[in-house]
Amino acid sequence: MDFRPRPIAAIVGPGNIGTDLLIKLQRSGALDVRYVVGVDPASDGLRRARDLGVEASAGGVDWLLEQEVLPDVVFEATSARAHEANAPRYRDAGIAAVDLTPAAVGPFVCPAVNLDDYLAAEGGTAPNINMITCGGQATIPIVASISGVTPVAYAEIVASISSRSAGPGTRANIDEFTETTSHAIQSVGGATRGKAIIILNPVEPPMVMRDTVFAAIGPDADRHAITESIHRMVAEVQQYVPGYRLKSEPQFEDPRPDWDGSGRVAVFLEVTGNGDYLPEWAGNLDIMTAAAARAGEQLALAWTLAKPAATNQKEQVVAK
Amino acid sequence: MTSNELAGIGKPPVRIIDTTLRDGSHAVSHSFTFQQVTDISRALDDAGVPIIEVTHGDGLAGSSFNYGFSTVRDIDLVAAAAEAVTDAKIAVLLLPGLGTVKDLREAHAAGARMARVATHSTEADVSIQHFRAARDLGMETAGFLMLSHRSEPAQLAKQARIMADAGCECVYVVDSAGALLPDGVRTRVESLVQELGDDAMVGFHGHQNLSMGVANSLEAYRAGARSIDGTLRALGAGAGNTPTEVLVTVFDAMGIPTGVNVEAALAAAEEVLAPIVKRMPMMDRSSIVQGRYGVYNSFLLHAERAAERYGVPAYQILRRVGEADYVGGQEDMIIDVAIELAGQQRRAVEQNERVPA
Repeated sequence: MDFRPRPIAAIVGPGNIGTDLLIKLQRSGALDVRYVVGVDPASDGLRRARDLGVEASAGGVDWLLEQEVLPDVVFEATSARAHEANAPRYRDAGIAAVDLTPAAVGPFVCPAVNLDDYLAAEGGTAPNINMITCGGQATIPIVASISGVTPVAYAEIVASISSRSAGPGTRANIDEFTETTSHAIQSVGGATRGKAIIILNPVEPPMVMRDTVFAAIGPDADRHAITESIHRMVAEVQQYVPGYRLKSEPQFEDPRPDWDGSGRVAVFLEVTGNGDYLPEWAGNLDIMTAAAARAGEQLALAWTLAKPAATNQKEQVVAK
Repeated sequence: MTSNELAGIGKPPVRIIDTTLRDGSHAVSHSFTFQQVTDISRALDDAGVPIIEVTHGDGLAGSSFNYGFSTVRDIDLVAAAAEAVTDAKIAVLLLPGLGTVKDLREAHAAGARMARVATHSTEADVSIQHFRAARDLGMETAGFLMLSHRSEPAQLAKQARIMADAGCECVYVVDSAGALLPDGVRTRVESLVQELGDDAMVGFHGHQNLSMGVANSLEAYRAGARSIDGTLRALGAGAGNTPTEVLVTVFDAMGIPTGVNVEAALAAAEEVLAPIVKRMPMMDRSSIVQGRYGVYNSFLLHAERAAERYGVPAYQILRRVGEADYVGGQEDMIIDVAIELAGQQRRAVEQNERVPA
């Protein structure tokens, strides 16, 4: 039996994502979610947090850092700009950060692929990890499962989401999605080159998130080994995203001259959300909160063991 | 002066944009070469076509597994076209979610002077950053509301307003599936003209699936559209586009000034384009089904490839894709649908085999 106290968590950003995340974290119980903060006193999200028994404040990060007991981990569900401003403050206060915004202050993390690489805090500094994008969380595990078996010269992903699940932030800067996801297909997925495409579909009732992964593979690649590896990875992701599934078996194409002599494997995925606070069709949002919850729990457990003693006491922060 | 010309006195002019080297790229599976682009853009420029669009069929960064790889990178083709012309302006297409501002900057550096930004007809707000970037680069701008047939005129006008406010100078009613009939074109164009007033022009981009390209373009002009797209010999996605050389001939017959020399346009179609293209698009079963069910025209050749790979008819794939309301860019869903249909077909055969003799 483990009698250590549960790590303390805070959610910054009380929007739909923040609320869904709160429900997931409460259900799991691995963390003690003590605070939800926003900046608008009239926010529905703050009210929802209070209804769920969590202390909620519109005083923002200033309020959070004034608390007698600071969190061990903070989940940032605001905007890239807000996280850029907040990240150094969390670090200085010894708080680990899980960033759900596109700010990417810290390394890209996909729980099924590379979370273990970032659990060890270096030099006693509070870690900061970034959750890439929804399309990245859905597809990069597959790219990694293929590149783990055979070299992938090029991987391309297409994420189709319902229009209603694309918020104003995504819409105002859709380039950020394609660029961030492309980079992570390479750095996390292990493809030499990466490309990402996002499509918004307004059909009613809303379509469930769909993702397609195309990977260029050598003419002699072991198709059986690739298929097995993909199935193993899907099972791994299902551990934290139950609605993650293959729509069909991986499809292999023979090498073609216009593919520079490469063959291709195509993987068709469907991501149904858990319907915690967000609707089931918004699998793209669900996979972000599920991945963040998974990563945040493990990160917080590791950080509470690794961090210098007493960093989460207020006095030390004030002394800086 | 002929009677036609007399009748045309005072008729407002219309701007023709030729997109043989962009929409036509679909019909040749994105295989245009430097020489072809040079020859076609020079012929269009000689004919007085003011704007020539050159890009992968799916816009900048379209070269991909999902949409087909370009034989020659489109940015390099833009440079070739810009080099070949004297008067015409080179335009590029960009679909947000695929192409980025970075791609646009590169195209501008290669000589593109007009940016056409295309979104599904309900998603105009994803184009705002690209219009702003295009204007900052000093480019002329146009916006494409794709699959316009799926939006009612009033809704479409609201989306056009979002584009105009972002810096778009001409919003197009885009009949990406060739599904609109003249009434549908008129009500949509009128709605946009009323909404935009002097803030932006209205354009029309037609397709031939139901043989309406030129007729719809005329209807659009009558309703106030002043920028019309065409391609030489209708080379384009699906059943092909409004044929440029027919369009300018008809406008000429009506006495509507286009600034395009009809003889030279006919020569460009007959002598320059025809020898280059092996397989012209046509109104066949698959593309008529696309028009009837409102299926994005670029899906055609992808559906034909999937049909061959999975042994199910292309028109059935397209019909299913239309029923699911997939939008432009969702080419990957064609394979998914084909796998599903093939599975159903297989199960049906097995069922029959199990019937006792």
